[in-house]
Amino acid sequence: MDGVVVRFGSTTALDRFDLEMEPGRILGLLGPNGSGKTTAVKVLSTLQRHDEGRARVFGFDVVNDDDEVRSRIALAGQYAAVDEILTGRQNLAMFGELFGMKRSDAADRATELLERFDLRDAQDRQVKTYSGGMRRRLDLASALLTDPPLLFLDEPTTGLDLRSRYTIWDVIGDLAENGATVLLTTQYLEEADALADRIAVMDHGRVIATGTPAELKQQSGGLGIRLALVPSGDDEADHSRVCDAVERAELGGVQAGRSVGTWTIDVDEAPLEAVSRLARVLADDGVEVRALDLRGPDLDDVFLRLTGSGHETRDR
Amino acid sequence: MNRGARLIGDTRTVTRRNLWHFVRQPDLLLFSTIQPVMFVLLFVFVFGGAIETSLPPGVEYVDYLLPGILVQSVAFRASQTAVGLAEDLQRGVMDRFRSMPMTRSAVLTGRTFADLVRNTVILALMIAVGYVVGFSFQNGPVEAAGAIGLILAFGYALSWVFAAIAFVAKGAEAAQSAGFVAIFPLVFASSVFVPVDTMPSWLQGFAENNPVSVTADAARSLSIGGEIGTAAVESIAWSAGIAVVVGAVAVWQYQRI
Repeated sequence: MDGVVVRFGSTTALDRFDLEMEPGRILGLLGPNGSGKTTAVKVLSTLQRHDEGRARVFGFDVVNDDDEVRSRIALAGQYAAVDEILTGRQNLAMFGELFGMKRSDAADRATELLERFDLRDAQDRQVKTYSGGMRRRLDLASALLTDPPLLFLDEPTTGLDLRSRYTIWDVIGDLAENGATVLLTTQYLEEADALADRIAVMDHGRVIATGTPAELKQQSGGLGIRLALVPSGDDEADHSRVCDAVERAELGGVQAGRSVGTWTIDVDEAPLEAVSRLARVLADDGVEVRALDLRGPDLDDVFLRLTGSGHETRDR
Repeated sequence: MNRGARLIGDTRTVTRRNLWHFVRQPDLLLFSTIQPVMFVLLFVFVFGGAIETSLPPGVEYVDYLLPGILVQSVAFRASQTAVGLAEDLQRGVMDRFRSMPMTRSAVLTGRTFADLVRNTVILALMIAVGYVVGFSFQNGPVEAAGAIGLILAFGYALSWVFAAIAFVAKGAEAAQSAGFVAIFPLVFASSVFVPVDTMPSWLQGFAENNPVSVTADAARSLSIGGEIGTAAVESIAWSAGIAVVVGAVAVWQYQRI
């Protein structure tokens, strides 16, 4: 995608968005809610017209050669695009036929996928009786009917319980081993870290950083202290108390973390010294500490550093 | 596979899916069959006595009514095309259809064909009920089949009108209301329930030429005799014209959502 702009009325969902994918790799598109991940997927899968720029899939323009694009992609995601009134098996058979498979081939493939996605016992039940995790698995199975060269997975595990989440991770891992090209959007840093070969971090409709998970972690520097307090109920007071303690411990670089009552503090040298100085100051102040530890950078740090957002953007 | 074969195959798949929806929603199926039967019985027994006096001598109201009420029934039910499509447009499954290499218009042809199948079943039921209360086709089976064919063709054309409305109306309920506003005057200011010459003269011009009347008149002549004249040809022209023009609009609308 090249300088793609999508506007909805006065809001700009994609703002000169650039993205390049490598064949046979999983690209993780990482960003908070509303950052434009789903819009990017919709443009590439021909569901959403863009206002400016160019978007191509395997060299085919998503607007002018949309039929060519559609014959090479498949889509699965958070909104489980399956038919509620049909059974699981009927869904797969129908989508198989619409992908151009012969009826008997579609039925065979459906059997295979129902088995693989652990849906065999539920195959003849209407989808509206399925749990969220089952729907999502059926949705993913529908996308894999034809072994598409390019697969879009739009937040495939958002809102799922851990077990369903790991089932889907396993499937994505298998796809990667078999050389599939996947665009995976997620708001879970852990998910992008575990699955993606490369990550593009998105915010406000633009890509703000790309790299391998390791490269992105490196960008966010060395060790840091993670501090969590027992919240006093007054977030402002807690924050100034922490800032004050950090200053007296002769440290700097305090940042509010993703959840309320957590902070990260940069450590340049002598990390153990720094931790003990901070611990002593906090003890003297009588602050109730929930956690105080030293750790290497993870993608949370990357994200916070790039988007510069702390408590105020918590959206979950 | 060439485009035509794909369109037919995809239409068949989508039609089958929509028919499953009717079958798997028994309450919907029940109400959509009870309502037309109720209409036949109410009109024959409640209004029949009063209206029969305005009919030509020797014509029974049930014979006059039934071809007309079959047209009314397909006209009213056409709004179901809009409802079904509007519901689909709000469902996630539409995103999958649109991202797939299927023939795009099959979503629409599959919807209108499923509604055609449903109309056929409901007409058969209404005719059966008609026979119980005294109706009979008085010409040959060919004419009877012709009458039913004209009515189904008209219903199919109206399905396309409502497919187009589904893209304009926001949501299923809006589509349904928009449908009634359009269909009520056409059906009641027509020869469906009463002879047009009982209406005020300013209304007769509209009532005589509205496609609902044209189709009802043609079906009536084929069913119970009387002058066929140009009504059958006019009805076919209306249905074909509506289906082609509005069908093209609906396909165009679908492609640009």
